[in-house]
Amino acid sequence: MSNVKISTGHEGTAKDQITAYFQRVKSGDMGALPAVAALLVLTVIFTAASPAFFLKPINVANLFVQAAELTMLAAAMVFVILLAEIDLSAGVTGGVGMAVFFRLMQAGMNWIPALVLGLVVGAAIGFIIGFFVSKIGVPSFVVSLAFFLGFQGLQLVLLGEGGLFRVDVPPINAIMNENMPPIGGWITLAVALILGLLITGYDRRRRASHGLPNRPYSLVILKYGAIAVIGGIILVVMNVNRSANVFKPIQGVPYVIPITLAILLLGSMVLDRTRFGRHLYAVGGNPEAARRAGIKVAKIRIISFIICSSLAVVSGLFHVSRLGAVEATAGRQIVLSGVAAAVVGGVSLFGGKGRLMHAAIGALVITIISNGLGLLGWDAGSNFLVTGGVLLLAATVDALSRKRSAGSQVRV
Amino acid sequence: MEVPVIELQDVKKSFGPVDVLKGINFKAYAGRVTALVGDNGAGKSTLIKGLAGVQPYDSGTVKFDGEVVTIHTPRQAGHLGIEVVYQDLALCDNLDIVQNMFLGREEIKALTLNEATMELQAQKALESLSVRTVKSVRQKVSSLSGGQRQTVAIARSVLRQAKLVILDEPTAALGVAQTEQVLRLVRTLADSGVAVIIISHNLADVFKACDDINVLYLGKMVASLKTKETNQADVIGYITGLKTAEGDDK
Repeated sequence: MSNVKISTGHEGTAKDQITAYFQRVKSGDMGALPAVAALLVLTVIFTAASPAFFLKPINVANLFVQAAELTMLAAAMVFVILLAEIDLSAGVTGGVGMAVFFRLMQAGMNWIPALVLGLVVGAAIGFIIGFFVSKIGVPSFVVSLAFFLGFQGLQLVLLGEGGLFRVDVPPINAIMNENMPPIGGWITLAVALILGLLITGYDRRRRASHGLPNRPYSLVILKYGAIAVIGGIILVVMNVNRSANVFKPIQGVPYVIPITLAILLLGSMVLDRTRFGRHLYAVGGNPEAARRAGIKVAKIRIISFIICSSLAVVSGLFHVSRLGAVEATAGRQIVLSGVAAAVVGGVSLFGGKGRLMHAAIGALVITIISNGLGLLGWDAGSNFLVTGGVLLLAATVDALSRKRSAGSQVRV
Repeated sequence: MEVPVIELQDVKKSFGPVDVLKGINFKAYAGRVTALVGDNGAGKSTLIKGLAGVQPYDSGTVKFDGEVVTIHTPRQAGHLGIEVVYQDLALCDNLDIVQNMFLGREEIKALTLNEATMELQAQKALESLSVRTVKSVRQKVSSLSGGQRQTVAIARSVLRQAKLVILDEPTAALGVAQTEQVLRLVRTLADSGVAVIIISHNLADVFKACDDINVLYLGKMVASLKTKETNQADVIGYITGLKTAEGDDK
């Protein structure tokens, strides 16, 4: 019929692509850009204010380890925030999962099945919350608030008042406290790059076989080059001996980092490349449209809550690994930081917009604030105040960018 | 005589004591745009909901391509090749055009979404409708104008190879130029062999775009006319009940 080709967004030179990207940013589609900018600004400020400590290998390693727990919880939260829902009980769900894990081990179970059962308990909690939200129609804020209160009690029941019990399982303690041998870091980076390139290559071949244009190669090289360089720099820093003790060197990447990255990448694949992920975004964007398209909205909601609670237990596991103990009060404080991290990273509380990597970036921002202010000797009060201010700023940016992208349709 | 794509014979529907459809006869043909007009409460929506499978009729015969069928669920309607484009369009703003067009029926290969195939088919569907207003198929729907959204919603029915497309007030919220675009799109769609039913309050649009005009008045089909053989004054007469099926002014 007509000869007018409708473009696919993959056409043009690298320069066209970059221009188009900035146009999208200008029209309000900013993604993680504000959070990345905040990350850079904070790094510069704290490096200047605390040159003796902030960018030293030992502190950088601490930063990543401190951020891991929050990253995992924020990532868990992304799955429900994308639906414009919330799970205030995610933190204590992690605590309950760990309490179950501990009690099972105490009863003589091996740590692996005990951990699996802890995760199953998490999944079951997610199912119950999801059921109340999607089938009965109770707002998730209320359901999860009820579980937040109730599970604080359940933790006390399971572990006893003021319960704090040592967990002595070397593989679990190693997650947060041990490092990969230096070569392990390089192998991990290489594997990640090769996997990424293979997937990109597969996508490009498929597009080409359909006669569809591909983005210029230079952009692929730019992307993976950047990952290689940044990953390489972090590895070099991490592989420096950061121990003050000459006889006991500490070097290498903490195990928690590849574990966290692997979970984030797997989750991103689910969100970006599976039917479930697509339907999750659709339900978050317009539940009625999703329903009319034949999507089982209730099912999507329940699965999302199951994923959220399960990842929350993983976050709880990181917490146990760092402390080397389970505690009856775990997860009360961190949950709101988890929501904050997701929002600061650019995940919209209005639903349908955001990615798992945003949660990681947001978690890094929040961790850097507390870490940096701590190094400067500021007290906890100012830490809360600054974090709160950053959160308010991020939510404002989100609301304004929504207004902006709603306004831009008139101009097309 | 050509077999209509959809034919309703003596279709009735009531809600409790209220008879909304009192024995409707209606036909729509492939390649033709059939208008369904009538005042508020005449029964247009109820008639359409029966075809869409959202609200089955109480009694009467529904023939699709000459064969008697039952449509009790939207799924059944979809299987027959009936697509309804609702007034509020049901698009997800946060997804792009391709994602919206394939929503609920994504192409899968090796457990993952086959974006390339979907992108190509979406492109072809839009091009088959001679759409020129859309820049990129990967544009977010939030950045589209009302007319462009209507275009995407209609193209979605092309993608599903619909035989009957029902448009509920397709031009209600549109400006002059965009209305023009959408009506042209409807013509192209019908010319490709699809039967199109349009529900509209705008008689100017109806006369511009439709081949046949059916008028509902208080649950009865009071007139089935060829656009060429009638005029706006007559149709308004039927809609308001001043004219009856026998043609005599009251």
